[in-house]
Amino acid sequence: MQKEISTKKIFSKLLEKFETISGENTFNCYQCGCCSAACPVASEMDLLPSQVMRYIQIGLTDEVLNGNTMWICATCYACQARCPRGIDIATVMETLRQIKLRKNEDWTVLGKIDVDELNKLPPIALISNLRKMTG
Amino acid sequence: MTENKNDKKIGVFVCHCGINIASTVDVDKLVEEFSKYSDVSHTENYKYMCSDPGQKLISAAIKKHKLNGLVIACCSPTLHENTFRRLSENSGLNAYLCEIANIREQCSWVHEDKTEGTKKAIKIVKTIVEKVRKNESLTPVEVPVTKKALVIGAGIAGMQAALDIADAGKKVILVEKSPSIGGHMAQLSETFPTLDCSQCILTPKMVDVAQNPNITLYTYSEIEDLEGCVGNFKVKIRKKARYIDEELCTGCGICVNKCPSKKALDEFNVELTTRPAIYVPFPQAVPNIPVIDKENCLFFQKDACRICEKVCGPKAIRFDQEDEFIEEEVGAIVVATGYDLLPITEMREYGYGKYKDVINGLQFERLLSASGPTEGEVRRPSDSKIPKDVVFIQCSGSRNPEYYKSYCSKICCMYASKHAMLYKHRVPDGHSYIFYIDIRSGGKGYEEFVQRAQEEENVVYLRGRPAKVYQEGDKMVVWGVDTLSGQQITIKADLVVLAQAIIPRNGVEELIKKLKIQTDEHGFLSEAHPKLRPVETNTSGIFLAGCAQAPRDIPETVAQASGSAAKALTLLSIDKIHHLPIVATVDEDLCSGCEICIGTCPYSAREIDEEKKIAIVNEVLCEGCGSCVSACPSSASQQKNFTDGQFEEMIKAILE
Ligand SMILES: Cc1cc2nc3c(=O)[nH]c(=O)nc-3n(C[C@H](O)[C@H](O)[C@H](O)COP(=O)(O)OP(=O)(O)OC[C@H]3O[C@@H](n4cnc5c(N)ncnc54)[C@H](O)[C@@H]3O)c2cc1C
Ligand code: SF4
Ligand code: SF4
Repeated sequence: MQKEISTKKIFSKLLEKFETISGENTFNCYQCGCCSAACPVASEMDLLPSQVMRYIQIGLTDEVLNGNTMWICATCYACQARCPRGIDIATVMETLRQIKLRKNEDWTVLGKIDVDELNKLPPIALISNLRKMTG
Repeated sequence: MTENKNDKKIGVFVCHCGINIASTVDVDKLVEEFSKYSDVSHTENYKYMCSDPGQKLISAAIKKHKLNGLVIACCSPTLHENTFRRLSENSGLNAYLCEIANIREQCSWVHEDKTEGTKKAIKIVKTIVEKVRKNESLTPVEVPVTKKALVIGAGIAGMQAALDIADAGKKVILVEKSPSIGGHMAQLSETFPTLDCSQCILTPKMVDVAQNPNITLYTYSEIEDLEGCVGNFKVKIRKKARYIDEELCTGCGICVNKCPSKKALDEFNVELTTRPAIYVPFPQAVPNIPVIDKENCLFFQKDACRICEKVCGPKAIRFDQEDEFIEEEVGAIVVATGYDLLPITEMREYGYGKYKDVINGLQFERLLSASGPTEGEVRRPSDSKIPKDVVFIQCSGSRNPEYYKSYCSKICCMYASKHAMLYKHRVPDGHSYIFYIDIRSGGKGYEEFVQRAQEEENVVYLRGRPAKVYQEGDKMVVWGVDTLSGQQITIKADLVVLAQAIIPRNGVEELIKKLKIQTDEHGFLSEAHPKLRPVETNTSGIFLAGCAQAPRDIPETVAQASGSAAKALTLLSIDKIHHLPIVATVDEDLCSGCEICIGTCPYSAREIDEEKKIAIVNEVLCEGCGSCVSACPSSASQQKNFTDGQFEEMIKAILE
């Protein structure tokens, strides 16, 4: 499928928000892929960490926010410890989770989640929920 | 003699520089302002003062109004000071009565608000008007030129520069730190993009250097000290003791064969092998004279052995030899100190150098080289097995501002291709993989070379920077990615070759301090202008060549070395150079003879006149740096056209 891109879509309010929360300049990433090479759980992701950076660079943020990468990310910092451009990728992942969770679509009452669902949920989703609006 | 303010007839010329100045500075307002000055006889503005019509209008005004001072408000003096001073001189006005007021770089380019910009421009021009009021006519100091050059470093860059200068009939002193000339090129196997044998094209040049009657070669030598300036440098060279009488040694090599101490790491083979304590770095070394490495010699360490002395036929061993000092005078200097590779021991993600089968590019060159430790058979260091899967990692330590070097080392894309290709030639059933981020193959025949590796030699290119290399049994596991397919990739390799970042030659900082030249933030030598003066340093008379300035390949190194040689020859082909007359002076009535200035002067231009007991200035040596002026406690030291009186007025003009 052809994706229409535009600078308007790229340099959006969302990008501004993303850069403010993460403290990173998106365009600092030069796509070496070292983060993806390092990531121990990348095989489960539908976009590699470096692809997440690339998608944001070309304004395909919906694809990123609807993808599973940020929920699979375990915040192990393997990427961040290696990025030659000093990008805090683990922080980028948390930023994406926060952007998603702050949309106010619903909210989570931890006690009400049933055990089956709890077992299926990626732990990072719960952690992010607890962090929601704290950072 | 300082002219009286009242007979000054100053001309103020304001340049628009197209819109470069005029868009942020009200050029009409400037004219209006300065026409109010009683001693400004003429002022006007023009679109491009440096253009022919612009220059003509200045020249006409000088003659018509009999101007005796000029202020050109325009761009930085580094660009057009010469133009306008020459114009001034040709129009009958001493060049040093013409000054530049920089209202572009220091004003219009850095401001946006026109009102503020105009105010600042007025202040800038005002200070220069104040200066010109008290400027004196000066005549440049004439200095004879010593018609000899010094070249530091005898890699391909230094050798080429020395040969060019020598072939033009000028004498050259060539100083090389290591025991032989040749530099890194001597270590290479075959060279991209034509794959010709490096030593085969290099050794004839080495012989040319050795045999050229105009070249005096000092190997195993270093610069101890440098004094003087352009046209007349005095250099002190330390010729380190080889512990061999060079006149007697025949280069037979028997000492090298018999030396029982064989544990030293061989520098030429990049520590892949060991060598004796007495050694010649490689068979074609120039000169073919051994050197004793004191740290590893049994005699120097344990007062034992002396076998070399016993076996040496012509009795050339001299354990009591000492370093020798040689003084030379030269007019120009070329610095060609080359490069080193970022040590593998710094590579955190690739094992900090603890794996034997993770090596650097130069080590791989030695494995490929017919003169190398394996005679050109690719065998890995750990167990001498022929590796069947070899991974090459580009940008190892380069383009990595976070942990290593931010710059691109420029040549690794090409030599990684070369390595993978040569490996396939040596081991046809082997597999080679290259991890790259971008391929930079700008150069004649370079892109075609990389294409050949991919299309004809079955080299597998993978786009991504590997995250980790570790050992598993006798394999080196590389964790990488191919960003093009979006796949994480693991390769179990027998050998990993890291294209380490090119860094300035180890220890070059000390030399740089002695030469008083500048480097960039990474330690590479700085050129005077990145585009227009690429082979000159900021210190006049000192030129640069090769990887000492930035990473580059052999063709570029050679071209640049010839460029430096041409610059040095230009200097050596004139009999006298003119030295800026902006030198220091001493007011005889004020000088107390305290001698403070003598120790302060970095150019040894000050001495005491024994009769008058006051300090005097040697104008030939004085560089006009002003150190003595600020050090003099009696204000007896002044710099011509930069006197305390002038500065006071200039500061007042700014503060008004
Ligand atoms: C693995 C590898 C493969 C390469 N393959 C190719 C190739 O195939 N084709 C190609 O075109 N280029 C290739 N190159 C690049 C090539 O090596 C350089 O372009 C070239 O050697 C630069 O020459 P140089 O004279 O500037 O530096 P160097 O070769 O480093 O020479 C500098 C010399 O100065 C001396 N020196 C240093 N400091 C001092 C001092 N203080 N006083 C006196 N002397 C001093 C050193 O001892 C040395 O002899 C390769 C580089 C590497 C790392
Ligand atoms: S490691 Fe850094 S620069 Fe490389 S792709 Fe990942 S985020 Fe971009
Ligand atoms: S004296 Fe030193 S250099 Fe000579 S043979 Fe013995 S160890 Fe080697």
